Amino acid sequence: MQNLFEIILGTILNHNIALVYILGMCPLIAISTNVKNAKGMGIAVVFVVTITGIINWPIYSLLKATGTTNLALLVFIITIAATVQFLELFLERFIPKLYSAFGIYLPLITVNCVVLAVSLFFVNREYTFLETAAFSFGSSVGWLLAIVLVAGIREKMSKNSDVPRGLAGKGIVFIVLGILALAFIGFTGIANI
Amino acid sequence: MKLIRMKYTKWYNIMKDGLSRNNPIVIAVLGICSSLAVTNKVENAIAMGLGVTFVVMASSATISLIRKLIPAKVRMVTYMVVISAFVISVQLFLEAYFPTIAKALGAYVGLIITNCIVMGRAEAFAVKNPVKYTLIDGFASGMGYTYVLISVSIIREALAFGTILNFRVMPDGWVNWVVMAMAPGGFFILGLFIWLIRELTHYYESPQGAEQ
Repeated sequence: MQNLFEIILGTILNHNIALVYILGMCPLIAISTNVKNAKGMGIAVVFVVTITGIINWPIYSLLKATGTTNLALLVFIITIAATVQFLELFLERFIPKLYSAFGIYLPLITVNCVVLAVSLFFVNREYTFLETAAFSFGSSVGWLLAIVLVAGIREKMSKNSDVPRGLAGKGIVFIVLGILALAFIGFTGIANI
Repeated sequence: MKLIRMKYTKWYNIMKDGLSRNNPIVIAVLGICSSLAVTNKVENAIAMGLGVTFVVMASSATISLIRKLIPAKVRMVTYMVVISAFVISVQLFLEAYFPTIAKALGAYVGLIITNCIVMGRAEAFAVKNPVKYTLIDGFASGMGYTYVLISVSIIREALAFGTILNFRVMPDGWVNWVVMAMAPGGFFILGLFIWLIRELTHYYESPQGAEQ
């Protein structure tokens, strides 16, 4: 149990998937212009990543049993695309409120590298099923934290800061991310995963 | 449905677009994850750049070949399957011939699939154009990506390890900037690099960002 808690804490703070492993940058930079959108996207990512992590683990053990692990990438990406499609239809039909809140972000998630990366990382680290679930959940919450932090800073910055011309827009986001990443280095050693 | 063909008649116009005016990293800000994560060593950057170039060219050409057969509704999934097939071949090639680089790149080779550049070129160019143009376009985008990767990695490796391609370049008393090998170094250097290129090409965004 303690191990699972450590994995969740570690993936949110000192192994943050956005600020330490630098994954999921395209959507993070594109959608972090205001906090509301960032939150919607982040929550959608938490859903999809946790579910696909849980689905991909048994599939991978099946591949391992049949000795076809070379196809893992292809199988993972199809699972992800199918899950996203299914989730979209499911939410639209049964929970329309939730769908209107973040349904528009769902199609974008297929190309979010966080989703695929989580599946590839649990393969590399040989996690058990429960560890995979904890790792998927923690990583996606870490990503949610990062995108909301960046969006908050950008929202404030757009009102009252004088950004150099060449850095305006997306350029300055890198500097913001760099400073945030420096801050997250401060968490080093909190939890080992 | 009649497909709109872009008015690209000269191959060097497509080339110039990919390298400077439409550079995938500096101007469009796509494919950032891999470009930051692998640029702490020059050799990793070269391997990654060539891998991406190969995947962009091969998948664009394939998609362009079958563009009339793909139903519009499932085209995203089709791209994914085509792209992942080529990425798997890159992964197997690296594991067989360059095991140390394959180990250093780790999961990031597999993540070429979700590199927005590959998907972006498939959606924006390959489904609308004949094969020979997509090959040039893929090569240009891939090279635009590779040269940014190599420039950033040269700066980072020199500062973080005092070496370039494992040759010592810094004086003996040089103290390694460890932070340059980690995530913040990548963010800062790429941010400054984007600033430099945008000043040189006079490309400026409105402060609110593109979507507002």
